[in-house]
Amino acid sequence: MKIQRFVRLGLVAGAVMLLAGCWERPPVEMVQHGYRGTGMAQVYNPRTLVKQQDLNKVPVALPAAPAEGPKAKEIYKNVQVLGDLSVAQFTRLMASMATWVSPNDGGCVYCHNPANFAEDSKYTKVVARRMLQMTQYINANWQQHVAETGVTCYTCHRGHPKPQDQNGQMAYWYAAGDPAHKGGMLGWRDGQNEPAYSVGAASLPNEPFSRFLLGDSNIRVQSQHALPMAKSTQDIKATEWTYGLMIHMSKSLGVNCDYCHNSRAFSSWPQSAPQRVTAWYGIRMVRNLNNEFLDPLKPVYDADDLGPKGDAPKLFCATCHKGAYKPLYGQSMLKDFPELSKPSTDGKPLYPAEGKPAAEEQKVAAAQ
Amino acid sequence: MAEYQNIFTQVQAHAPSYPGVPLARDRDTRERIGTPIHVKLAGWFGNAQIGPIYLGFLGVASVFFFLIGFTTIGFNMLVQVDYDPIQFIRQLFWLALEPPKPEYGLKLAPLNEGGWWNFAGFFITVSILLWWLRMYRRARALGMGTHVPWAFAAAIWLYLVLGLFRPLLLGSWSEAPPFGVFPHLDWTAAFSIRYGNLFYNPFHMLSIAFLYGSALLFAMHGATILAVSRYGGEREIEQIVDRGTASERAALFWRWTMGFNATMESVHRWAWWFAVLTCITGGIGILLTGTVVDNWYLWAVKHHVAPAYPDVWDPAKLVDPATLSAPAN
Repeated sequence: MKIQRFVRLGLVAGAVMLLAGCWERPPVEMVQHGYRGTGMAQVYNPRTLVKQQDLNKVPVALPAAPAEGPKAKEIYKNVQVLGDLSVAQFTRLMASMATWVSPNDGGCVYCHNPANFAEDSKYTKVVARRMLQMTQYINANWQQHVAETGVTCYTCHRGHPKPQDQNGQMAYWYAAGDPAHKGGMLGWRDGQNEPAYSVGAASLPNEPFSRFLLGDSNIRVQSQHALPMAKSTQDIKATEWTYGLMIHMSKSLGVNCDYCHNSRAFSSWPQSAPQRVTAWYGIRMVRNLNNEFLDPLKPVYDADDLGPKGDAPKLFCATCHKGAYKPLYGQSMLKDFPELSKPSTDGKPLYPAEGKPAAEEQKVAAAQ
Repeated sequence: MAEYQNIFTQVQAHAPSYPGVPLARDRDTRERIGTPIHVKLAGWFGNAQIGPIYLGFLGVASVFFFLIGFTTIGFNMLVQVDYDPIQFIRQLFWLALEPPKPEYGLKLAPLNEGGWWNFAGFFITVSILLWWLRMYRRARALGMGTHVPWAFAAAIWLYLVLGLFRPLLLGSWSEAPPFGVFPHLDWTAAFSIRYGNLFYNPFHMLSIAFLYGSALLFAMHGATILAVSRYGGEREIEQIVDRGTASERAALFWRWTMGFNATMESVHRWAWWFAVLTCITGGIGILLTGTVVDNWYLWAVKHHVAPAYPDVWDPAKLVDPATLSAPAN
């Protein structure tokens, strides 16, 4: 009898473990997001949302500084992007950047040599300068995605020089490294079939970013005709790559597929939610930024910062969104920092192609 | 005192090992191998006697072909985790052997770019067909009808449509599913997305109806027989020959609750057809996808199957940005 009770207990315990492994603990909240009966609804877990609140709090902005007085470039050496700000405005933004990006990594000295703030000896400063240009570029050119809300350094960094997502994982990506036994006889994975964080531990292709967020491979896979018209190159495998990208988007925004799509007809625009239009521009924005700003920074970085294929860290949706449908739940920090809203340079990279500080700048450093 | 229960029971009847009936051909008896053993655990689920088993030439050949295919898949998975046995177990449900890329069409891809998929697929398919033949032969040898092999054939039809017929018609092995647990499920989801939502495929609808119907019939039949087992209702053969009170009560129960009842024989025909048609209709639905219909949702709109819903958002805002004359940037 005893052994039967033991078996029974084991069965019950097994069943409980099985259920616990399958589901998030309730409660979950459903929010309708589409016409009734279509099943378009967002599913939220209040516990997850509570956990994310602190991450999405906007830091208090330093009091606005007067625009009058001498310009930064007249007082400081080697100010290439923000030289037209007043000294007060300039130091306000520098102090803000230190708290936004590297509060626990040395503050100012994460980028600056404390003995000489003007010199470019730390590569982080060269990267930061380019990132300032990028921020201005985004706010001026990508309002279809960031609207008037705009972005600041804090949108991505949130106190970490290397952006982290809502789970503390790296919120940037590298090209996938070589698989085990590359060039061998066995073990071809076709870029998929491992429990990868990037695609929510699905077995989907887990580095769809090189294809879609750096390259411009066709994301669209569904036929626009009921009957076959021509041989399509968008097959089931192509669909899996798109699927991988979409899982990343869904995870990064903390939303379901039907936040943008009516899942009965994924490709249909008239049946989609307006958020899909915003997301469409988001994909183009990220692709544009990766090609114009992030990828070319490769020669500037330390070897430690590069990916397994030697490429620079690049953006994807999680870099800014971090599990929220809008970064910082749509609160604008840009309004307090108008100097980030439009380019103040001609947009060309302010570092030489080989990534080392230019001779002229070295001279500046030496003259100090 | 052990008590007979008709949901779970710990009562097991013990009897001497039974080797099975002698068959006309001497070989059929000779190739029945293994001394029977009795296992209590097996008795909880079925008959406590294990063996003898008839393997025969077809069985041995089938096992041989299966093992080649199976180890091909297994070794590919093992190399994917760099021969790490712990990772092999942890990632097992994610690992897979993928079919070749679309560039190769129906040509043979290099082994480590999908060629192994064709290799494993061939051996496993041969194994399955040999196993079917073996089932057919055993059914005949026992003087039975061939209902079991034909039901198995329905499943083989679905398998062949997925992995052979449809890829041939579309001219690409890449259209076939991978060998792997989660990967073949992700493939299924991707299949539905690519071809415009399989739920609008009428053969998929039929297949689901038969699948759910099979479960319903199984539940009804199992429950009915268990409910009259106190009258010996589970001894179906006896009940068919000499219909007793169990059968009568079971029939009356359904006649009273829904006005109609299956008979002791017909309920099995119902169950058999539902199960078999699940695969047959499913296979037809898959075969038509991509070959005859490219987007099932649009097909359903064309044939007034899919309803339209009122707009929730301003349609002017829901224009494909790619079609705008000057999409910014």
